[in-house]
Amino acid sequence: MIVAEKKPIEEIIDYVKDFQKLLIAGCNECVTVCEAGGKKEVGILASALRMYFMNEGKKVDIDEVTLERQCDHEYLEEIRDRIDQYDAVLSLACGVGVQFMAEKYFSTPVFPGVNTCFMGAAEERGVWSERCQGCGQCILGKTAGICPISRCAKRLLNGPCGGSTKGKCEISKDLDCAWQLIIDRLKELDRFDEYEQIMPIKDWSTERAGGPRKVVREDVRL
Amino acid sequence: MRINYPGTIRIVRLPCTGKVDIIHILRAFEKGADGVYVVGCLEGECRFENGNLQARKRVDQAKMILDTIGIGGERVWMYNLSSSDGPRFAEYAVEMTEKIKELGPNPIKLAHKKKAA
Amino acid sequence: MSTRTPSKLEKILAAGHLAVTSECGPPRGSDPEAITRKAEMIKDYVDAINITDNQTSMTRLCSLASCIHLKKMGVEPTLQMVTRDRNRIALQSDILGAASFDIYNILCLSGDHQNFGDSAQGQNVFDIDSMQLIQTVRLMRDEGKFLGGDEIKRPPQMFVGAAANPFADPFEIRVPRLAKKIAAGVEFIQTQCIYNLEKFELWLKQARDRGLHEKVYILAGVTPFKSAGMAKYMKNRVPGMDVPDEVVKRMSGVPKEKQAQEGIDICVETIQRLKEVEGVKGFHIMAIEWEEKVPEIVERGGLYPRPKVVDD
Ligand code: SF4
Ligand code: SF4
Repeated sequence: MIVAEKKPIEEIIDYVKDFQKLLIAGCNECVTVCEAGGKKEVGILASALRMYFMNEGKKVDIDEVTLERQCDHEYLEEIRDRIDQYDAVLSLACGVGVQFMAEKYFSTPVFPGVNTCFMGAAEERGVWSERCQGCGQCILGKTAGICPISRCAKRLLNGPCGGSTKGKCEISKDLDCAWQLIIDRLKELDRFDEYEQIMPIKDWSTERAGGPRKVVREDVRL
Repeated sequence: MRINYPGTIRIVRLPCTGKVDIIHILRAFEKGADGVYVVGCLEGECRFENGNLQARKRVDQAKMILDTIGIGGERVWMYNLSSSDGPRFAEYAVEMTEKIKELGPNPIKLAHKKKAA
Repeated sequence: MSTRTPSKLEKILAAGHLAVTSECGPPRGSDPEAITRKAEMIKDYVDAINITDNQTSMTRLCSLASCIHLKKMGVEPTLQMVTRDRNRIALQSDILGAASFDIYNILCLSGDHQNFGDSAQGQNVFDIDSMQLIQTVRLMRDEGKFLGGDEIKRPPQMFVGAAANPFADPFEIRVPRLAKKIAAGVEFIQTQCIYNLEKFELWLKQARDRGLHEKVYILAGVTPFKSAGMAKYMKNRVPGMDVPDEVVKRMSGVPKEKQAQEGIDICVETIQRLKEVEGVKGFHIMAIEWEEKVPEIVERGGLYPRPKVVDD
């Protein structure tokens, strides 16, 4: 899933302090699962903002809505008939949802309510960690199912570096060394020999480096 | 056993403090409560393992939010006591009431009144 | 072994001499004398001097310019190059730049992560890794080609080196990793500072068992401790460094004013012991901001005078 974190309330207040009618829009997908921008977080933020403005002596109306997804036309359309009532929207969706909202409702200011962090997994309750950077040419088949691009601090394709210490990465004792994980799993899979195959220089043109990306599937287009 | 505690307190009963969410605390303030305190079982004695520990974390979160928005984080507290300890319950109620008296009324309530006037 | 480049370091190694290299960190400023002064102190005691490339991610005068300063004084430089800060365009471009000044040695590294240095908020590049940088230099040199496939006019002539850390984890990967670097085309290796001699010798034995010591020149890395404090710091704070307790104890066991001498003694003893180990082809002395001690270490290590080799 896409993992996000709540933005500090101060920052949000700064964005929205000059508006009178606000819509706080959550998203029912990833940000709900990582407890950053679902219905619950919408409620908390709305309540906090209401109290803040009240305390400041400002009259601000704040409505709440949580859409099934903000990265899909279908669900974003659900608020079309009332979007004009609002001076601004605070979207608690990931950066994709915020932008899709802004594209769709071109004349309404839209602000982000979360910091979108990465694509990751829920390691345990309350702990999420990165697993993929969407490089566009997945090499997991050659790295024992562990991604060195997203999980090695130096994205080494031929690791580990000389800083790998007791299974941890040189940059932090709290971070597993991706290459230690790869080696452990290669052994488990009885494929340790494969370690010595040199991973060729990567084509990064399908990654961020190649410019904004697009996937077009003629077979599923209408 | 009947124990007296200040009449200004309204009790909301929950099966476990683990049920308390930040939003419940915030809503109470939005509606004009001057303070909120959560009374849970002693740490380590939660029947649902860690309900009371979770509650404490949420209380801390609520404190942070209340501080940020100018309501004051000291208006919310978490207490722990053994379920049979009535006197202690009353003691905490008095303590909390004192604390709130010192802090004065919830600014939201004042803002509401001003608006109405 | 025959030589493939005009590198003096390569010639000395090929002639079967124990090579001695050292390294200098460029200044955090633009004073060229900060480099030439250090080089002056050691130039007659070593065969080549590495210039570090923004080591520990602290921004410094660049390695290439420093190497040119050495070259101008008639000292043979080894250009250290990390893949952290440059993409493949910049790497190849800097290699050509170095080649235009007839810099004949290069050390291919990935580099420390930037969060150790003064620019923790900066981007890193890591377009390629150290293994692939080795391949890149070999491609440019041997086939006269850019990574993009085009021909290079006057290709670089560089003796290609890399680092090896026998002490990083997991230990079992350290020899396969050396084999991998050799397969990528590395010609000489400078190791991480050696304090744990048993572990180093075990690593080298495993390398010998695979015949790797005949495919690459291994220079054993040594760094003298200036104080017991430095020994403790290296033990506890530097990732991938293995300083055994006995060594720390030995350093702490002498009075403060004698610790520096003790550090040098340990370093010299290490050299004397490793000289006798099959597969050690020389020494890389990293006297961090203590270059003035290199002559003493080289002399007492029995590595002086340095052999003369004839230029082609
Ligand atoms: S190799 Fe690329 S696509 Fe595969 S997990 Fe890593 S970043 Fe994602
Ligand atoms: S320690 Fe491991 S994860 Fe960290 S940079 Fe080195 S190889 Fe990558």
